[in-house]
Amino acid sequence: MDSVITAILALLGLALVFGLLLGYASVRFKVEGNPIVDQIDAILPQTQCGQCGHPGCRPYAEAIAAGEAINKCPPGGQATIDQLAELLNVESIPLDAEHGSEDVRKVAYIREDECIGCTKCIQACPVDAILGAAKQMHTVIVSECTGCDLCVEPCPVDCIDMIPVATTIGNWKWPAPPSPMQIIATDRTTPSEETA
Amino acid sequence: MTLRLSSPHVTRNNSTAGVMQKVLLALLPGITALTYLFGWGSLIQVLICLISGLVFEALAIWLRRQSISFFLSDYSAAVTAVLLGVSLPPTAPYWVAVVGMLVAIIFGKQVYGGLGNNPFNPAMVAYALLLVSFPVQMTAWIIPGETLLSLADTTSAIFAAGTIDGYSGATPLDLIRNRAGLTTSELWSPGSNLSAIAQAYQWVALAWAAGGVALLYLKVFTWHTPISMLASLFVISAMFYGYDPDTYLDPVSQLTLGATMLGAFFIATDPVSSATSTKGKLVFGAGIGLLVFVIRTWGNYPDAVAFAVLVLNLAAPMIDQYTQPRAFGHKGVRMGPQGKE
Amino acid sequence: MAVYSFHGGIHPPENKLQSTQTPLVDAPLPRHLIIPVQQHIGMAADPIVKIGDTVLKGQVIAEPIGRISTAVHAPSSGRVIDISQQPVPHASGLEAECIVIETDGEERWCEHEGLDDYKKLAPNELIDFIRSKGIAGMGGAGFPTDVKLHLGDDHIVNTLIINAAECEPYITSDDMLMRTCADEIVGGIEVIAHLLKPHHILIGIEDNKPEAIAALSSACKISRVPIDIQVVPTKYPSGGERQLIQLLTNIEVPSGKIPADVGIVCQNVGTTAAIYEAVTTGQPLISRIVTLTGAALKQPQNLRALIGTPFTTLLEFAGLEPDKLSKLVMGGPMMGVPLTSPHLPVIKTTNCLIATTIEEMPPAPPAQACIRCGLCEQACPAQLLPQQLYWFSKGKEFEKARQHNLFDCIECGACAYVCPSNIPLVQYYRFAKSEIRNEELEQRRADHARARFEARQARLEREAAEKAEKRKQRALEAAAAQAARKKAEEKAAAEAAESGESNASDDAALKSLKVAAAVSRTKLSKAEKALKNAREKELDGIDKLEATVVELKTKSDEAQAMYDAAVNASTSPEKIAKSDAESDAKKEITLDLKALKQQVSIMRTKLKKAKASEVDAAEILELEARLNTAQAELNTAEEQQMAKAAAAGIDLKQLKIDAALAKAAVTKTERAAKAAETDQEREQLEAELPQKRETAEQLAQQLARFE
Repeated sequence: MDSVITAILALLGLALVFGLLLGYASVRFKVEGNPIVDQIDAILPQTQCGQCGHPGCRPYAEAIAAGEAINKCPPGGQATIDQLAELLNVESIPLDAEHGSEDVRKVAYIREDECIGCTKCIQACPVDAILGAAKQMHTVIVSECTGCDLCVEPCPVDCIDMIPVATTIGNWKWPAPPSPMQIIATDRTTPSEETA
Repeated sequence: MTLRLSSPHVTRNNSTAGVMQKVLLALLPGITALTYLFGWGSLIQVLICLISGLVFEALAIWLRRQSISFFLSDYSAAVTAVLLGVSLPPTAPYWVAVVGMLVAIIFGKQVYGGLGNNPFNPAMVAYALLLVSFPVQMTAWIIPGETLLSLADTTSAIFAAGTIDGYSGATPLDLIRNRAGLTTSELWSPGSNLSAIAQAYQWVALAWAAGGVALLYLKVFTWHTPISMLASLFVISAMFYGYDPDTYLDPVSQLTLGATMLGAFFIATDPVSSATSTKGKLVFGAGIGLLVFVIRTWGNYPDAVAFAVLVLNLAAPMIDQYTQPRAFGHKGVRMGPQGKE
Repeated sequence: MAVYSFHGGIHPPENKLQSTQTPLVDAPLPRHLIIPVQQHIGMAADPIVKIGDTVLKGQVIAEPIGRISTAVHAPSSGRVIDISQQPVPHASGLEAECIVIETDGEERWCEHEGLDDYKKLAPNELIDFIRSKGIAGMGGAGFPTDVKLHLGDDHIVNTLIINAAECEPYITSDDMLMRTCADEIVGGIEVIAHLLKPHHILIGIEDNKPEAIAALSSACKISRVPIDIQVVPTKYPSGGERQLIQLLTNIEVPSGKIPADVGIVCQNVGTTAAIYEAVTTGQPLISRIVTLTGAALKQPQNLRALIGTPFTTLLEFAGLEPDKLSKLVMGGPMMGVPLTSPHLPVIKTTNCLIATTIEEMPPAPPAQACIRCGLCEQACPAQLLPQQLYWFSKGKEFEKARQHNLFDCIECGACAYVCPSNIPLVQYYRFAKSEIRNEELEQRRADHARARFEARQARLEREAAEKAEKRKQRALEAAAAQAARKKAEEKAAAEAAESGESNASDDAALKSLKVAAAVSRTKLSKAEKALKNAREKELDGIDKLEATVVELKTKSDEAQAMYDAAVNASTSPEKIAKSDAESDAKKEITLDLKALKQQVSIMRTKLKKAKASEVDAAEILELEARLNTAQAELNTAEEQQMAKAAAAGIDLKQLKIDAALAKAAVTKTERAAKAAETDQEREQLEAELPQKRETAEQLAQQLARFE
């Protein structure tokens, strides 16, 4: 009987000690706020385009943190989905086509002689990348434009185009080497055609 | 006009196939010695392994929808086949070799994604599995000597399970293991079983070593793995031998009996499954040498190269991880894993 | 002094003898010179000439922008015939901005003058002088030289290393330069030494250039500064900056740092010669030595070529056999850029052109599986783990590749050279590097966008809060004003009722009457309600209330009667007739305009559709013509209208915009009210609505008068 009591006491003692330890740790190493949303938000491309169905990147980050699918961000594309999958430790999934497809980077361009100066696009731009005043012609600050195309729809005279960013020597990227299988399969015709 | 590919535009005239061919050539002295001293058996085993190995390789590549001619021409299956062939007892039934190659090629290599992706040495995977699964067939070695089996007898023994009772027997390491209370010096006494057969095995070991040195000379691999393995085996067995010569085998016998030389020069140096950094190779080789001694001395099996290599194969990624060379310009940066993985 | 060694390295066939058999000669002057404005690292230079301008040899045609940039000079006299995108020698095969000069063959120099004694100049002025001569590193990277000469400002430079290793196979341009211009090189070293004041000057040169070593040695003997020539064993890539530093000093330049951080500055021999030229004669960098070699040339040799000379000119001069040519490479075989076309210009970093036959540089066989042989690791001069980097790059695990020091890779190609499986390792690294750089860029862009987005959100919130505050203020003021007005009106109404006068002749009086009537009606209804309530509950003072109601009723009736009388008096028949006629006329104009507008827009749509479906051009043309006429009609109509409006003293455009804005404000408020989360908010918004609606209505009416 004594041994039973000893065992119980010992377990109780252990439980007490660990409970105190845990309690201390929870206070000492308290994590402020909800950093997962910040982390998700940091991965999202911040175009604020709303293609995911949320009014901006942060709301989508909050939604993801609350369990929404991670594949609703076309501007980020697969790279963003992969990063999110890694962050959240879930399986990476392909982009949800319902929300749009991955596209080359674009910037807005205002055909300035058609602009009536209505300022609607200025109000629509989530990052203040459009410059202009009422009744004055507007223009896009290309370096600030995220290519979200939110300004296209409100324009009453349809004078905004989304123009793909051209590849120049400055932003050219080395392509991945072709896989050997491709080279064998096509007997190396593809690369030479490419340079023709 | 030109291929738009990155520099460099010239490469040294070497190829994976070339490396494999050199290895195959370097195996020839050992095969010759085996054939000369133990009869036709090993040669037939090598042939069976080669044929079945290439068939399995082709099959696997075909199943993976890849170019058969391209991938067969890397000779890696041939090297695996020859290594397994020379490891099998010369008169083992043909199906042992075939099962071995099936395991080596399909389960040892192709399931991982083919050459370059296998974590274990395929030949040793097969050998270990055969040894565990078919201990009887895998331990009956030919007794070397004046009277060897004829070609016809060998063929019938392999393909028709003909009787070879008078010709097969234990290997030197078997004899040493099952010494029945004899001291080492008694084992080696003139006229004993051991001293009668050991010399043939030592000649073969010498032939392997010759091939290995040739490969070293040709810079197919660096000295680190084989020398470190042989040195560690030598040192540790010398220590134990010096402590108690009656119980422990002398270091020279450790090096020359069993598969030590074959293992050191042809199996531990398999680049795919071994450690790659220079320091890592030293650790890798030393680990094999140590394990060989431990398993031979206190383990359940008379020889241990296959198991030692497999265990170290398992450890190779970790060894590489902790023996990363210091990159240029990173003086004082700690080695090993950097940051989160 | 000991020569140290670096890890790895390879010994590819040198192939240098072919191009050093004949003396250095000048390349022929081409008809057109194509001069890219960016031939260096940093910002592209900005063209300062226009198409049609005549330029003299050595004249600045593009100015540097920013700190890290260099000027570009006209290599020969002639006329600028084009400033446009032209293909340039770059791995991408893309185009970049170039200035094209049609040479006149006269080679007329612009005025230029060297410095009599550069030591008299302040260091900054001397460096600016060198900067104005467009000198960029001629070893291969093309880093603006003046930036390196400024390193003495914030670093202690104790060693100056002159890179004469020229370790890449085939290239002999530096070799030829040293053989022919050793004095100039030493002179340039003196200039650099004067600026950087190093304790120690070393020339690192590979032992496969005995003639160059001899020439340099004799030149150094008469030099005013002590220079050590260090002969290093031939091993690729001993000419890599960090490798050469280790060879000569055994110092490892820490990763991510520049040599100046450990007290060393490196310059290429070609650069030193260019500096000397600039300082003594004032001539800018407009030509350089180019090695022309390869088995597809009959006469491999070194040429002094003007910047901008098309490769075809040089190749023809060296006897190109076009049917033998299989691959054209700018630079060496290890790090050179494969060229997609021979119609590209010589730039400041063009040290070599290799025209190879198919046997000389056979296309790489397909890559086989990596067998982890470790040869790459043995060859890597940066002591990296090339095969690990390969696995990570191939698997797109860029983060891991970075942790394995991918960015310490100098892309020398030694690993790919030794790889038995022919894996294009360097391309994998380049791919991974550009992907990582791109990801970083995207991240920066995202962070920037987030900052802007958040700033905007904050601003909108602040503005909303300010607006709400103002509105509250206004509401209070309005309430106070109304109360005051009410009092006054009441008084007026009472007076009017008392006096019984009905002389309301003007609108204001009419209005006040109307208001008075309404007010008294409201009061009456309130009193009635109170009475009813009181009756129901049988409260005290009912009789008093009843009396009040009766009184109010009479008052209200009086007010109403007064108002009616006033209204009748004011609406005279003439007035009505006039307004009717006016509105009819307006209607007509409006109808006209509307129809025109519709027509125009319909036509525009038609045209668009036609264009999209690509029907025959004639139809499109016709449609276009019709659209134009319709547009013109509309324009005239609109102008007329505008004129009319102007006559009325109102800016129609302003009015239109105001109306649209007011309308938008209404819809927005409505939407906001719908979406409002709290009742309070909604009430507030709804309270605003009528006011906004009224404004919008008024503006719309005003507008309608003119349309």
